[in-house]
Amino acid sequence: MAKNPNRPLSPHLQVYRWSPQMAISIFHRATGFVLATAGMMTLLWWLSAIGGGAESYATFQTYVVSAGADGTGFQVASNWFFRLVALAVTFSFFQHLASGLRHLVLDIGAGYELKSNRLWASVAFIAAIFATALVALIVASRFLGVL
Amino acid sequence: MDSRTNIGCVRGLGSAKHGGEHWLKQRLTAIGNILLTTWFAASLLLIPSFDQAALAQWLAQPLVAVPMILMIANIFAHARLGLQVLIEDYVHDDGLKFAAMTLLNFYVIASAVFGIFVVAKLAFTGAPA
Repeated sequence: MAKNPNRPLSPHLQVYRWSPQMAISIFHRATGFVLATAGMMTLLWWLSAIGGGAESYATFQTYVVSAGADGTGFQVASNWFFRLVALAVTFSFFQHLASGLRHLVLDIGAGYELKSNRLWASVAFIAAIFATALVALIVASRFLGVL
Repeated sequence: MDSRTNIGCVRGLGSAKHGGEHWLKQRLTAIGNILLTTWFAASLLLIPSFDQAALAQWLAQPLVAVPMILMIANIFAHARLGLQVLIEDYVHDDGLKFAAMTLLNFYVIASAVFGIFVVAKLAFTGAPA
């Protein structure tokens, strides 16, 4: 198929003024991508480490959870990398859940009035941030001994 | 030129009644994901110990293995539908789009089969030493 580069494109992200209503749409897609890749790959690693026996689970723990006091530099770096991944995946989960629930409500034809649309988009963001913070606190106190 | 009427030209070229299929599947797997990930999150909170032996025993139970297999299958089904839309919207080159779509299908099917196999093996053959 011949391509004409002069054909008009639909307006893209950079031309819009940022608002909760438009941000939630792109966040829904971005968080979905994070969950489908980083989230699911880590989950599968965890499951296969459980299935692989004590030794393979120890490897998972060393690289993902905590290498302990005698961990190598690479292992400690890997721990911090996976802590960031865990934070991103946790936020993505709650954000995708909240905006997904919002989509299900919009699908029945409700919530399109300008004010309520804006309100629930903001609520979805705030709920996701709060839930992420809560999980981060639980994990930090229960597993990492930070608190 | 075509001597048929306007309606005659388009009749039979429609969606073959499959227009809503992708949309509906995306919503149904989304609802399934709400239920299954809620179960998974609750389980994670209730697991008393995170050492391998305890986790393997936990995962091998039918009432854990079955929802876990369902969750893996449902999540990858949902991810396939969602990432398909991302590719359709953001990859404009036909060749690249075909390659991305092929890669996506390989990724979700291979990952789902791997995950289901891991859980099923543990459930059927018991926890390894």
